[in-house]
Amino acid sequence: MTAGGQEGQGRWSDHAVEQLVGRLLQVGVLVAAAVVVAGGIALLAHHGAATADFAVFRSEPSALSSVTGIVRGALALDSRAVVQLGLVLLIATPVARVALTLVAFVVQRDRLYVGVTALVLVLLLYGLVFGHA
Amino acid sequence: MSILLLAALVGAGAFGAGLLGALTGLGGGIVVVPMLTLLFHVDLRYAVGASLVSVIATSSGAAAAYVREGYTNVRVGVLLEVATTIGALIGAALAGVVSTGALSILFGAVLLFTAYRSFQAPDDHATDAPPHPLAVRLRLDSTYPTREGPRAYTVQAVPAGFAMMFAAGILSALLGIGSGVVKVVAMDRTMKLPFKVSTTTSNFMIGVTAAASAGVYLHRGYIVPEIAFPVMVGVLAGALLGARILAIAQTRWLRLIFTGVVVVLAGEMLYKGITGGL
Repeated sequence: MTAGGQEGQGRWSDHAVEQLVGRLLQVGVLVAAAVVVAGGIALLAHHGAATADFAVFRSEPSALSSVTGIVRGALALDSRAVVQLGLVLLIATPVARVALTLVAFVVQRDRLYVGVTALVLVLLLYGLVFGHA
Repeated sequence: MSILLLAALVGAGAFGAGLLGALTGLGGGIVVVPMLTLLFHVDLRYAVGASLVSVIATSSGAAAAYVREGYTNVRVGVLLEVATTIGALIGAALAGVVSTGALSILFGAVLLFTAYRSFQAPDDHATDAPPHPLAVRLRLDSTYPTREGPRAYTVQAVPAGFAMMFAAGILSALLGIGSGVVKVVAMDRTMKLPFKVSTTTSNFMIGVTAAASAGVYLHRGYIVPEIAFPVMVGVLAGALLGARILAIAQTRWLRLIFTGVVVVLAGEMLYKGITGGL
């Protein structure tokens, strides 16, 4: 897709896809950062005085380590879950970028790179959804 | 220490890491884990989780600008992402069984390599040698913008580059870093891409590589809001400011200072790894 646009025209030309990918990454990071900052400020307001103890690893309660638990907690406006939701949005941003690249290769009928990109997407979703490597 | 004080100190440190990382081009991710573990005595797993998150933020932010300028080779990036994501998933699996002492020593070695690379002169290689047969079949050869218009380049040593990316993925997951230094070496030195194409394509891949293991670590409870929040916001804010003042900053001195910090941290990580203090 860097070959200067000879493979696609108009909306899905190489150049147009590059602009779209750039915009997606920018919006993804900004939205994620806004959610993290909002949740983080609330977290410090509610729990800021508590003693920090992160010297020893304890597995997080599943409410903050699964996507469904995080969404549920964030909807209940639990500040820690809101921060985690922002972090999930951040992790999802490169995944969405790969999905968008996949769509572009599909439109360009570039079968080889549809396959390559689909493989990357499956690997990413495997880690994100199933959570084991 | 209260959560508020820890967040303020970690946020300030992360800001400095993001700023120097952006100004020197070495990335801030490499110093976040040593800072959290050595200075704030945060467990290595929490440190790796928070660092990976900050790596995704800065690389995606920077990639947003680079990809629009047309330097990034998307085909090379996507192809090599197969290697980095598989490597990252294997690294995430290994992270559960490798001792913190061994990780600490590995981290020290990677820090030393980063310091060494920061003083290595850019490699002025030709970018128009006959391409590797696989580069032709996979249509990797491309052009990049120059003042005189688009300039064509070819891609060499595809299998060797792919193998190095696999290692970069493992390191990224194990240590919570972007592995940009290894990625740039693979593309610039081995695959003979133009330097600017190598750095922007490396940056393009870093977010995807980090996202692969960050997803796993989220489920494992490595990513806690109290640590990840100040690290992500601090590094991102520092990197954004760094990109703004890059043109006016004295990067030669900053590079010297940053490399000095990296060497000191390398020594500390190696020492802690060998004595088992981490």
